[in-house]
Amino acid sequence: MPNRPLAFVNARVVDPASGYDGPGAVIIVEGVIADVVKGAGPGSLSPDVEVVDASGGAILPGLVDIRVKTGEPGAEPKETLKSAGLAAAKGGVTSLVVQPDTHPVADDPAVVDFILRRARDIELVHVYAAGAATKGALGERMAEIGLMHEAGCVYVTDVDRPIANSKVLQRVLLYAKAFGVAVAHRPADPWLSAGAAATSGEFAARMGLPAAPAIAEKIMLERDLALAEATGARLIVDQLTTAAALESFQRARDRGVDVVATTSINHLSFNELDIGDYRTFCKLDPPLRHEDDRQAVIEAVAGGLIPVIVSAHAPAPAEDKRLPYDEAAPGAVGLETLLPALLAFHHEGRIPLIDLIRAVTCAPADLLGLSAGRLARGAPADLVLCDLAAPVVIDADKLVSKSKNSPFDGRRLQGKVLRTLVDGRTVYQA
Amino acid sequence: MTSTPPGLNEVLGRTFPFPKRHFLSVTDLNEVEVANLLDLADGFVSLNRQTAKKLDLLRGRTLMNLFFENSTRTQSSFEIAGKRLGADVVNMSPRASSISKGETLIDTAVTLNAMQPDLLVVRHASSGAASLLSQKVTCSVINAGDGQHEHPTQALLDALSMRRAFGYIAGLKVAICGDVLHSRVARSNVGMLQMLGAQVRLVGPPTLMPAQAERWGVEVFHDMKAGIAGCDVVMMLRLQLERMDGVMAPSQREYFRYFGLDREKLAKAAPHVRVMHPGPMNRGVEIDSEVADDLSVSLIQDQVEMGVAARMAVLATLAARLDNP
Repeated sequence: MPNRPLAFVNARVVDPASGYDGPGAVIIVEGVIADVVKGAGPGSLSPDVEVVDASGGAILPGLVDIRVKTGEPGAEPKETLKSAGLAAAKGGVTSLVVQPDTHPVADDPAVVDFILRRARDIELVHVYAAGAATKGALGERMAEIGLMHEAGCVYVTDVDRPIANSKVLQRVLLYAKAFGVAVAHRPADPWLSAGAAATSGEFAARMGLPAAPAIAEKIMLERDLALAEATGARLIVDQLTTAAALESFQRARDRGVDVVATTSINHLSFNELDIGDYRTFCKLDPPLRHEDDRQAVIEAVAGGLIPVIVSAHAPAPAEDKRLPYDEAAPGAVGLETLLPALLAFHHEGRIPLIDLIRAVTCAPADLLGLSAGRLARGAPADLVLCDLAAPVVIDADKLVSKSKNSPFDGRRLQGKVLRTLVDGRTVYQA
Repeated sequence: MTSTPPGLNEVLGRTFPFPKRHFLSVTDLNEVEVANLLDLADGFVSLNRQTAKKLDLLRGRTLMNLFFENSTRTQSSFEIAGKRLGADVVNMSPRASSISKGETLIDTAVTLNAMQPDLLVVRHASSGAASLLSQKVTCSVINAGDGQHEHPTQALLDALSMRRAFGYIAGLKVAICGDVLHSRVARSNVGMLQMLGAQVRLVGPPTLMPAQAERWGVEVFHDMKAGIAGCDVVMMLRLQLERMDGVMAPSQREYFRYFGLDREKLAKAAPHVRVMHPGPMNRGVEIDSEVADDLSVSLIQDQVEMGVAARMAVLATLAARLDNP
């Protein structure tokens, strides 16, 4: 830990938690933000402070990504906690929540503890763990939610697998509520979605791809919302991606149901046509949607209906992707591309910068009660220095993730992380 | 519109550019290329009816049949086509052999590619498999059916059968009936027939119709009698028997009642109607034997014959491209 205080001056400081976006400086002492100067300043600094002139750059709170898969334990060739940590640091992500669909599944406190200990030893970014909602994430019997909570898990989820049995989900919601644990659930009707590699419609039909109708999401969401309303539990709707489901979600929110939804950067950035000639890097779960859906999701983020954006980082090595489309593994890596992909909406003038940054900093942090995502006096010094406008061409081969399955490969974006700090330590520098 | 097909020598003497290395999808083709392929195939039909059927257009070339799904009919059609043109033909059935144990499709393809085939004919159960292979090998890839996506040589042979039966294709009313949803034959035929100016209808129960099929520029019917009314061609599709029995249709007998082609329904079509089927047929399920075996309406045997000629045309065209890269 650097003992010498550090000051970033002459920067554009963007702190959604306090609603500030303007010139300023950030001063770090002993791994904690000692001061955030808003406006001109900070005037005179004591000579032992290391001053970084960040002219032209922007200081953001370190990003918080609450849906990240690694392969550890069980599938280390895909991604380890270390390689994910390096990717996160390079992408400006300083806090991440790993998903429990590991081998073995993180459905008991020992696996949660293993993950948290490993991450602490690696000492890169803050790693939090989500636990499975049901044993083996099979959707049949409740996992040890209380014990996992005690071991440090920040929410429970069966990840990509919807809990088909309504009674099981009802019990999980009720039980988790007693411990104050949020439950994330993927809204997808398992029967309509079985075997699907795309969204039903003209494109999938022409390409001969097994497809699920977009309403598979709405159907399951309606049930989940009803259960959340009836139990009063904290439900996180995992990745809303269709216009039809958003309409249901809006109605529930209008009625006062207290639920939060996320969406993924992939569904904001791509539509089904990006699959093109069977590009398996665009095979995702949920599958890519129609352009109308993508536009609806962008509007939902712009209007605040969806407050949290995730990278949905899901490493899959070449051998799992270089297969015929319906046999290929779904998912895309996203930690390193999250920020520039997000900034596209700022550069297009579609969504104000501060709102975009909020969706990947204080909003997810507050949702899970993490001490992260803000530039405030006394907060951990997790922050990103970046050039918001620097042009970048994403080159999948140059990603530090062990798996290179990025649908952004070849995309021209803007935004480059120059330096990432976690607890005042520099974990990445361009 | 009727025209006499040009002779084989005349077509072979034509120098038309075929600027593709692979034959993957009818959407890769344009009208001129299809017309040339059909003319060439027409010439091969006459050749195939002679005693001396063999040419040496593909002499020294190796044709490899790589069928991940079993298909005696298509595989032997390609094998005969290759042999008639003088190629050495090797049949690989990865499923039956040890070559694919634990290997991915690409590994298998790269292995076979190292044996230096010139033409690789691929059938695979996954949509896009042929396209994926074509990106990884140096030889020409011919799609002999990829999942539910395309079966372009079938569309070519169907067009050839229709052109020979009617003398023209533009303006023909063609009803494609049955399990359109799972049919690569239907997808390739819709593309091909629309390019050639036919009016295409799709007929089948809603459970077997692709989403938004009406946006393909076709008319969609769920009532077979209305669907084939006035049609010049009724093309039946094969229905996998396991998809009946309550999955996609309630039962075989109910399916046959509403969507099986029998004399009664066929009477709604144009008087000179011709019936087609890509085979193998499920008699009494999608087609009545009485219709299938009536040579005055059925083109089904012709289709098999045209299959060899159409595939010879594709092989010869791709080989000519190999000769002049």
